[in-house]
Amino acid sequence: MSVVEKINSDAGLDNERSTIVVRFAGDSGDGMQLTGNNFTNASAIYGNDLATFPDYPAEIRAPAGAKFGVSAFQICFGSDEVTTAGDEVDVLVVMNPAALITNLDLLITGGLIIVDIDAFTAKNLKRAGYENNPLETDELDAYRVLPISITKQVLDTVKPFGLSHKFAVRCKNMWTLGLTLWLFDRSRELIISGLRTKFSNNSEIADANIAAVNAGHAFGETAELPSGIEVYKILPASVPAGLYRNITGTEALAYGVIAGGQLSNLPIFFASYPITPASGLLHALSNQKNFDVITFQAEDEIAAVCAALGASFAGSLGVTSSSGPGIALKSEAISLAIATELPLLVVNTQRGGPSTGLPTKTEQSDLNQSLFGRHGDSSLPVVSASSALDCFEVAIEAIRIATKYRTPVILLSDGYMANASEPWKVPNFDEIKPFPVQHETEVEGFTPAKRDPDTLARVWAKPGTKGLEHRIGGIEKDANTGDISYEPANHQLMTNIRKQKIDGISRDIPSQEISLGESRGKLVVLGWGSTFGAIHQAVKRARQEGLEVSHIHIRHIWPMPENLNTLLAGFERVLMPEMNTGQLVKVIRSTFLIDALSLSKVSGQPFKIQEISDAIYSCLEEVK
Amino acid sequence: MSELTLKDYATEQEVRWCPGCGDYAILKTIQKFLPTLGIPKEQSVFISGIGCSSRFPYYMNTYGFHTIHGRAPSIATGVKLANPELDVWVITGDGDGLSIGGNHMLHVLRRNVNLNILLFNNEIYGLTKGQYSPTSQVGLRTPSSPDGSVDNPLSPCTFALGAGARFIARSIDTEMKHLTSVLSNAHAHQGSSFVEILQNCPIYNDGIFDRVKDKKTASENRLILQNGRAMLFGEDGTKGLRLNLESLSLEVVTIGEGGVVLSDIVIHNERNKTLAHMLMELDLSIFPTPLGVIYHNPINPYDDQVYAQRIKVRETKEKVDMNALLRSGHTWTVEKG
Repeated sequence: MSVVEKINSDAGLDNERSTIVVRFAGDSGDGMQLTGNNFTNASAIYGNDLATFPDYPAEIRAPAGAKFGVSAFQICFGSDEVTTAGDEVDVLVVMNPAALITNLDLLITGGLIIVDIDAFTAKNLKRAGYENNPLETDELDAYRVLPISITKQVLDTVKPFGLSHKFAVRCKNMWTLGLTLWLFDRSRELIISGLRTKFSNNSEIADANIAAVNAGHAFGETAELPSGIEVYKILPASVPAGLYRNITGTEALAYGVIAGGQLSNLPIFFASYPITPASGLLHALSNQKNFDVITFQAEDEIAAVCAALGASFAGSLGVTSSSGPGIALKSEAISLAIATELPLLVVNTQRGGPSTGLPTKTEQSDLNQSLFGRHGDSSLPVVSASSALDCFEVAIEAIRIATKYRTPVILLSDGYMANASEPWKVPNFDEIKPFPVQHETEVEGFTPAKRDPDTLARVWAKPGTKGLEHRIGGIEKDANTGDISYEPANHQLMTNIRKQKIDGISRDIPSQEISLGESRGKLVVLGWGSTFGAIHQAVKRARQEGLEVSHIHIRHIWPMPENLNTLLAGFERVLMPEMNTGQLVKVIRSTFLIDALSLSKVSGQPFKIQEISDAIYSCLEEVK
Repeated sequence: MSELTLKDYATEQEVRWCPGCGDYAILKTIQKFLPTLGIPKEQSVFISGIGCSSRFPYYMNTYGFHTIHGRAPSIATGVKLANPELDVWVITGDGDGLSIGGNHMLHVLRRNVNLNILLFNNEIYGLTKGQYSPTSQVGLRTPSSPDGSVDNPLSPCTFALGAGARFIARSIDTEMKHLTSVLSNAHAHQGSSFVEILQNCPIYNDGIFDRVKDKKTASENRLILQNGRAMLFGEDGTKGLRLNLESLSLEVVTIGEGGVVLSDIVIHNERNKTLAHMLMELDLSIFPTPLGVIYHNPINPYDDQVYAQRIKVRETKEKVDMNALLRSGHTWTVEKG
């Protein structure tokens, strides 16, 4: 029994659900991401809590009907708290046979399939690997199937607008959206006004798309659908009052970077080289010239980090962004930032690796790279966002640390949270505490080696400041004068200072809190990054069953909060789910000398709640 | 404020180049040249990569950044974009700028970032003890090419021209007057200025430029370019370059021989890209080495365009503050929790 079924049967009502999972799947050219995003906005405005999972291929436009070209968008929404896009799918919308065969496994028994029968041609069936048309055999008997001639309906609907066949067929996604809006009783208003804005230069395309939305909706209202298929009632969630919007991790991160610039009173210089799935940040920031942000698309990853570091030397905050393979190329320059003690923010939107790996899929496998992937003794702070929303706060926190301690900071995001969207109660920016940076101006007694005695941060004197002319570089420098020094004792001292500076940050970060549960008990599930949602739900369910489980989620991966050791000592077992082969678990084991257990998943897909629940049960078995 | 002098630009750091290194002469020339610009010392920034030449910033009492191998153009781009008021110099060498950093050199030149780029070309890797570089001549015996290098060398100036550089010049380490004049033109140019400085390495590649440097042979082997002037050289200034219309290439002729007159000699036009390419590609076993400004054809620098675009967007787009940005797009209000 799926979670939804369980909740459903508990509620005792047929079509009234607390949460439901819908997955749209089609060719990469079918516009399923757009359908999903529009449906997400409509559900958010309706008042549901939600989480989304855009699951798209690396191919931009794969051959029509190919399995590897299937692009899907999954949304979980409901009246309950939602933190993942859902383990299993209740309603599957498929635009062709390839979408059906690649997504059917996710559908619960008895789930609803909405299918465009016009795409079930002999050619498409063969390409998907079907010998017989599954709509005509008993293959789908375990499900409820709603077969609709969507393509034909769409072509009839948009005929009056005189579009070419190519553009007319593209309205399929809007027709499908209209039908799903009906199925879940969502308003079309926002979508229609959005289409008017989007196609403001081409009223025919706007009118055709709007007609398609309306026709899909009308189809649901008027067509005689098989029994049992009726409008779902998903009530709004009870969420704190306030102003909300939907936001993806990439957008939240971009806003966080701009906010960090304002809070530190520094111009932002963002330099990047395109790479999936990190490019979105470059796009988002390039469009914010109203703010004190300069963006630079460099010739390669190395040039990007170097330009950012140059900007930091000149007094701005340099920011660079990439994914694992690009971060590898940046590592020499990151070590230069460590050696010269300049602030720098390095964002890594992780993807499946190694090498090109799975560029559009998610993983957390660059943690070792972040902590250890540089030459020399080169410790730096690492922070991680745990959800799309969290990217905003974490970006600000990373900038606070980078500017206060004059150090590069690595911020870990991943492909899942970068693309996923969530409703966000928009914060009041005026309530966020600023941390303005003062560049050095004092000429008396100046040396480039001058340090703040508390933070150990090196002085930041920017070019253009009279009387503070000085030279910095990658060669080891005398701890007192900043001049080149090859003295053995000085190198020992400088290495110690660099380490102490980073270690000392643990005193300046919030104490580790418990996300859910008690501060002592049998088991704690310790996570980091985008596994937050799945761990949270799994721990919540386990606790509802009366199990002694807590959830701790780490934002400050290095240095770690000072109280983390004590906290972990309060539990008999520590379970660590990670989308890698067990990277943070080794750090926890070696740092705290505890027998933490790894739960590893590296399929390119986020954890399912059930996978973590199962691990919780088996851990607790052992503890008994 | 009293006027700045050479002394103001010298640091207390002990200079650590080998005795007789051409870098000393270049350093002296630049320390002497900078005070003539009337730019406050704190506005000057010297950025280098790795190699012998890249030690340069340590000896200039300005702002300086000794970075990593090959990346000085990228770091300098960030500095200049962050603060376009700064007078930014890139110091690099043939290995740093054309081998490990070749890609950055290509892109900084095509973007035309407003930087002064000085490439000290000694045709050798000095700091790593004498391996052949991308400008070393074929056959050069070095520790990594004991039987002679089989790598075809590239010409730094041709590389720069191909990359789209708008100011390309060549000078000699020990020729203070000529180098100063080239630097002066380079500095006045708005955009990337690329200057190749022929620099002698007395330890690993001594004497490779003697042909143009030695006072006895120099006049026969140097072509001092001056915009709008005939390309004349030689002890008595009667040799010159003529365009052979059949082969579409330059040839050495002597005025008064074979009916050659002054009007046959090509007039240097620094805006002429075709001519610039011919000059850069001359076979130096037959032709004199062109020195001075070879190509100069300015366009709007990259950094100016970046800021101009920003100003334009700010004029046309509605101004928003942080709170408005956070609330942009579709929003909705939940009345009670």
